[in-house]
Amino acid sequence: MKAHWIETPRGPRCRVFDAGSGAPLLFLHGAGGLLTDNAPLEALARHYRVLAPEFPGFGESTGEEHLEDMLDFTLHAGDVIHALGIDRPHVVGHSMGGMIAAELACLAPRDIDKLVLVAAAGLWLDTHPIPDLFTLLPHEFAELLFHDPVAGAALLTAGIDAGDPQSVQQFYIAHSRRLAMAGKILFPIPNRGVAKRLYRVRAQTLVLWGAEDRLLPPVYAERWAALIADSKLHVVENAGHMVPYEQPKEFARAVREFLG
Amino acid sequence: MRFTWFNLMPWPYLPDDFREKHRSVWVDIPNRLYDPERGHHVYHEYMDQLEYADALGFDGIGVNEHHQNGYGLMPSPNLIAASLARRTSRAAICVIGNSIACYNPPIRVAEEFAMLDVISGGRLVAGFPVGTPMDTNFCYGQIPALTRDKYREAHELIMRAWREEEPFAFDGKYTQLRWVNCWPKPVQKPHPPMYIPGGGSIETWDFCLDHDYNYSYLSFFGYLRAKSLMDGYWDQVAKRGKDASPHRAAFAQIICVAETDADAERLYAEHCLYFFNRCLHIYPGFADPPGYRTVNTIKFGALSAFVQNRQQILQNLTWKQLLDERFVIAGGPDTVRQQLEECIKGLRVGHLFCLFHNGNMPDWKTRLSSRLFAENVMPKLRDVWPEWQHDDRWWVKPMAARRRPEETLAATGGAR
Repeated sequence: MKAHWIETPRGPRCRVFDAGSGAPLLFLHGAGGLLTDNAPLEALARHYRVLAPEFPGFGESTGEEHLEDMLDFTLHAGDVIHALGIDRPHVVGHSMGGMIAAELACLAPRDIDKLVLVAAAGLWLDTHPIPDLFTLLPHEFAELLFHDPVAGAALLTAGIDAGDPQSVQQFYIAHSRRLAMAGKILFPIPNRGVAKRLYRVRAQTLVLWGAEDRLLPPVYAERWAALIADSKLHVVENAGHMVPYEQPKEFARAVREFLG
Repeated sequence: MRFTWFNLMPWPYLPDDFREKHRSVWVDIPNRLYDPERGHHVYHEYMDQLEYADALGFDGIGVNEHHQNGYGLMPSPNLIAASLARRTSRAAICVIGNSIACYNPPIRVAEEFAMLDVISGGRLVAGFPVGTPMDTNFCYGQIPALTRDKYREAHELIMRAWREEEPFAFDGKYTQLRWVNCWPKPVQKPHPPMYIPGGGSIETWDFCLDHDYNYSYLSFFGYLRAKSLMDGYWDQVAKRGKDASPHRAAFAQIICVAETDADAERLYAEHCLYFFNRCLHIYPGFADPPGYRTVNTIKFGALSAFVQNRQQILQNLTWKQLLDERFVIAGGPDTVRQQLEECIKGLRVGHLFCLFHNGNMPDWKTRLSSRLFAENVMPKLRDVWPEWQHDDRWWVKPMAARRRPEETLAATGGAR
């Protein structure tokens, strides 16, 4: 996918992947950033103009010092929409990106069209405590995030030469940098109070979830659907938390069916 | 050369199969392993030892802060220090320290440290650690990537609170207070000696040098492994154009003294191995959350390979390895003196935090080791730095006319 750069007035300089044509669709990535394998975005780009910005601290984007709390992250997403010059995009947010998308839909309900929350973080249920992502060692992520951990591990480590210490160190630094940034809104409990603001969401919302999500079990999908007035729930079989990457076709099909 | 007798206060009753049954001594260790009635005796034994160290002539007695663990039982070192302030009157009381990024508002630390300095008559050494990730992030919930920024702000607030003589407003990012007005304020001016315990973050060096604070490298892995990190610190000292006073730096070292080298193994080996095998059994996922270390520190990498392999190293440790690697300096007085001199000179430190109580060491052995050190080793190491012996910039300045509450206790029959 081709990429270009934007600068937001606050300061961050962000890389944005841009593909396809049609109604604008803003894709907000999760705490692991965009993977090398872009299959879910390519599938969406057959029907929409997909714009996938990397948050500061992720990939090539810089300016992480400008974003410190939930409001900063959310306003940054709004700043990205303005900097891209697009009008009322559909917003698809995955995991941490879903948390930001939901918050944006509360803060600026008129700035977005439809909302898709994919395995979104942001809620907490005492009955289902979420595993502590920040205690995991890099090699432990695939087991938690994927229905198929072997295929998942290959997706997470694509492009890394395990025999080259330089390559391994770069991977480790990038991993650390991403999660350091994500921790600002996910640590120690990934809940910054969006539940009490969800009454403001005006967007039609699709809550899309992997049936085998071990990080945020599907009970969280039901909770999002219950809290957002105009919402639908769609569960994808044979998929874990990384549902867009594990089932890219089914993911894109469900999104397209909802967005039209 | 100064020597502080330091007690981590570990829980001495971790079961033999602790490593197999539990993934970590810290953060998620179930507290059913703690027995409060045994704990009563443990606290008193440890506090008695600290008072004994004062009587033996150590320059300082030291305590520190840790949470939710079987490695060090002082969630509030200030409580222990307050008791020591009443039961001793000579040694410096080194609280190394309070993890200031954890406190809301951090003015609490300014107040409690001021209380300790006033009660002890100006004997407080004030330590401000960033705190281990286990404590600061996982137990006390501070966001890893913001911890250092919050620490810097807390430091600024506390130092201003001690310095200013009129109430002021503090509009911080993490703490906002309309009225800051520290009552009491410390005896020592402009503030007690400041020690910054570091675990290997290179940013801490500059922080110490910006403010002329002591840099204390608290490692349990001996002076051989500490060398590259301390060399980095001293390079930075030179680069910043500061003098090379050894009192700018301190180091922690496990020390066991017996009559002979063979006696040392017989008396102390099992307790040191308990410490390394059980008290340092930390789940690696709790030791390095993303964002706690900066990218620069990760790139510096002095510790990374070792940290990654640490749990493996700890699994198979033997007494011989503890000695060969100098994780432990143990033996008869001559052996200990010779190795400590190497340690002190090699790292260029003017202050040693001496760990005599280790793991589940019984009281009598702890006292024996401490006494043999105080009588036979410490006097011979006093003058390692003759050209700097009058440099007291990093040391306490007690009131001349201070109360001696421990003498009142004795007079009324309440003494030890």
